[in-house]
Amino acid sequence: MVASSLLDLIGGTPLVELGRLSPPGRTLYAKLEGQNPTGSIKDRVALAMVEAADLEPGQELLEPTSGNTGISLALVAKLKGYKLTCVMPANATPERRAILELYGATIVDSPAEQGSNGAVALAQEIAARDDRFVMLFQYANEANPRAHYEGTGAEIVSELPHMDALVAGLGTGGTLMGAGARVRDAYPNALVVAAEPLPGDPVMGLRSLEDGYVPPILDVSALDRKLLVSNAEAAAAARVLLDREGLFAGVSSGAVVHVARRIAEELPDGAVVVAILADGGWKYLSAEFWSGEEIDEAVLWW
Amino acid sequence: MTVVRVPPVLRSEAGGAREVVAEGATVREVMEDLRRTLPALGERVYEAGELRPFVNVYVDGEDVRTRSGLDTPVSTTSTVILLPAMAGGR
Repeated sequence: MVASSLLDLIGGTPLVELGRLSPPGRTLYAKLEGQNPTGSIKDRVALAMVEAADLEPGQELLEPTSGNTGISLALVAKLKGYKLTCVMPANATPERRAILELYGATIVDSPAEQGSNGAVALAQEIAARDDRFVMLFQYANEANPRAHYEGTGAEIVSELPHMDALVAGLGTGGTLMGAGARVRDAYPNALVVAAEPLPGDPVMGLRSLEDGYVPPILDVSALDRKLLVSNAEAAAAARVLLDREGLFAGVSSGAVVHVARRIAEELPDGAVVVAILADGGWKYLSAEFWSGEEIDEAVLWW
Repeated sequence: MTVVRVPPVLRSEAGGAREVVAEGATVREVMEDLRRTLPALGERVYEAGELRPFVNVYVDGEDVRTRSGLDTPVSTTSTVILLPAMAGGR
């Protein structure tokens, strides 16, 4: 295969059977989104949002992000010739800053104590006072679920003649809404299942319930199940995934596999469950859980 | 009695407690009981017969909104978790 641009290599990720982790009589498949060009599922979202924004000359991209979305946007912006500014809390890890800077993005710090809510607020302020900036805002951008409807979900149903459940991590809701809808179009009885991380402790920037947030693109009523996964459970599943299947996946993928195994056990014999693994484990090497030490869940999330 | 875990953001309404106990066979009954025994906490999560929009309630790790909502059964061995609705996906 010869592609004319890295952007042409976004999507089209493989499915692999997790034979050693499938409960007896059930089949688990993992969709390896870590095989996208920057190593995460967010490449799909970034490309779709930037193309939908259709910037005019002189306009620049802006997004509050300290994670995978920023890296994906940085790649797409670079190859399409746009400038990108990422707003992130001042205490984001040096690795996260470094990779964005290497890709050529400009970083603006928001107050550390306000967490990701503060980054969103500052980005909105910047966009409001300078119309050069176009804020994509993945939490409310319809191009996000659409990328998963047309890409992720369509790819899954084209490969599998039958499936009973789709499991993905709940972040913006884009994957679950988009891929979930496409899977239901093809297999109306398939369950759409969210694996939801327990928030870190204390949830930064969350001073009151009114600071809580439900992304506009997320419709919880479109989910059949929504299961919380602790850090300890996610970490244990990520380690099992590596030990048994040789698959080095990120923390959220551990949570997804944990839930996928539970759902597969609840479903009847012959059930097929697809787990979407959002990224690889590389960006989380400094996280303590790879060392195999016991994790005190109470410290992590309470 | 069922254990109800209280997130940091709501602990001042629960007298600083990380966990409280409540009685009830359904989420609705647990919420009504909280309104009686810990009104400050109860009112923050449950009002006019509905869960507040930015509050998620889980029974044994599953969001009651994708189960039977306020009719979701609760047993004495269940753990109920209250959490603020939060977006992830950086």
